[in-house]
Amino acid sequence: MQLYLPIAELSVNIFTIFGMGAAVGFLSGLLGVGGGFLLTPLLVFSGIPPAVAVSTVTSQIVASSASGTLAYWRRKSIDWKLAGFLVVAGSLGSVLGVQAFRYLRVKGQLDLVISLCYVVFLGGIGLLMLIESARALRAANANKPVEIKKPRHHGWIHGLPFKVRFHRSRLYISALPILALGLFIGFLGTLLGIGGGFIMVPALIYLLKVPTGVVIGTSLVQILVTMAVATVLQAATNHSVDVLLGLVLMVGGVIGAQFGAQVGSRLRGEHLRALLGILILAVGARFALDLVMAPSEPYSLWTIEQGNAP
Amino acid sequence: MRAAALAMALIGSLGGQALAETLVATTSTNVVEISSNFSGTDIAVFGMIERDRATVSRAEPYKVAVQLFGPKETVMTRRKERRAGIWVNATSRVHADVPSFYVVLTTDPIADIATPETLKRFQVGLANLLLPQKIVGGIDVEGGNPEFREAFIRLKSQAGLYREVANKVEFLTPSLFRATIPIPANVPIGRYRVQIVLFQEGLSLAEHSSDLVISKTGFEQLIYDLAFSASLVYGLGTVILALVIGWIGSVVFRRD
Repeated sequence: MQLYLPIAELSVNIFTIFGMGAAVGFLSGLLGVGGGFLLTPLLVFSGIPPAVAVSTVTSQIVASSASGTLAYWRRKSIDWKLAGFLVVAGSLGSVLGVQAFRYLRVKGQLDLVISLCYVVFLGGIGLLMLIESARALRAANANKPVEIKKPRHHGWIHGLPFKVRFHRSRLYISALPILALGLFIGFLGTLLGIGGGFIMVPALIYLLKVPTGVVIGTSLVQILVTMAVATVLQAATNHSVDVLLGLVLMVGGVIGAQFGAQVGSRLRGEHLRALLGILILAVGARFALDLVMAPSEPYSLWTIEQGNAP
Repeated sequence: MRAAALAMALIGSLGGQALAETLVATTSTNVVEISSNFSGTDIAVFGMIERDRATVSRAEPYKVAVQLFGPKETVMTRRKERRAGIWVNATSRVHADVPSFYVVLTTDPIADIATPETLKRFQVGLANLLLPQKIVGGIDVEGGNPEFREAFIRLKSQAGLYREVANKVEFLTPSLFRATIPIPANVPIGRYRVQIVLFQEGLSLAEHSSDLVISKTGFEQLIYDLAFSASLVYGLGTVILALVIGWIGSVVFRRD
């Protein structure tokens, strides 16, 4: 069944798009990530203009992270004060991200910057996850307890001023690294059309020493709010949010995520992390390949002005 | 003797160009409405060649080109080049006031329809399309950089927005012809011009132009208007929709 997308201005098969949303939703439920880093490239690959893909996936992430946030809220595993700090900085990051998006789009370098960011961040994080889970798997197979590095005191983080107490996370740390992290993820997420959970979660655990119990719920709140801000801003400045495309992706994503979560609860954590590492690395490698290989079509078109009459 | 021959030729050409054939044509519709299940459509064009008593009978058959020009747009064509090991958009050219959409259907292969000058005058065929390129200090109407012109036409053709289809205008009777213009799903919206040109012996005999409007309708139009004229409301609405769907999902699939 064909569906005409009023903003993307093309006709797509509704089941293909629904399938993509559901498949990515399944993986995100399985692996506990948002899946924006998979969905955006997938949409671009299937012919949706990159600007529309990035902005519309932003709205899809709002739906999937709302679902997740509610689940964690019921279990009371959210540090609202920490989330508040992240959200304020994240929203500012999102504002800057939309401006950068617009500027790069006009300059014709948006695709390049998106590709470079994907290579650097996906490649880096994917590699780290793969190494970490391989170590954990080897340790588990040798029947040894997993060596957990004693959290070293990050002298420089604790030396920073403006210390704030976070009761839920049992932390007393400077607000500066928290705000910087929120700003960075908000900016990057808006620019790339991803939630950024796969960067946020490790950063909260390893850099700020937030207890694992509240990390995912808190990071979901941050993603929900920054992506909501990003959706409104993308709609207002770039007019590139396609609500029909978003709707199909949202429904597919929310349904897929439930089945993914069910399967995920039956798999081992190390296996899941290894799988996620491979997936992230593969997407990063794909972008790297596109950057260094001679393109089959070096030319591209960019409409500066659209008239109304012949 | 020579003067007489020249006079004869002149009268002949005057008769051919000014008096002889007139062209009457109609399209199956002059409004194409894009609704949610729009996946492209066809527009039928019927044309009739009317001849008066003064028309000189000629041996060569009529040749017809049916063209559809989309609303004008200004487009930048960018070229990737290798810089520091990676491929980046490096050089570009701007084509100003070019048709966003163009289809030509003809009775014969385009080169056989008329003389190169005539084809150029009516912009028949991709090779004869007027694609002015912006250059430093002005506009080069004659085409500018041929590599960028070629790339522009190639990309437009790949997107299904530029097409030439030979041998697709058929004569039903010696003076009645029909053509079907294919409209793809990604057609730009706006005002279009249908142009029909009648050729014979390398020259144009008659021309007929009419307007066509392609527009979104109903729900699609509403969404498009909202996205551009009330973009803040549109964005907020999208977020609320996302929150509602997320909430429904968490209620329906509640596991705890």
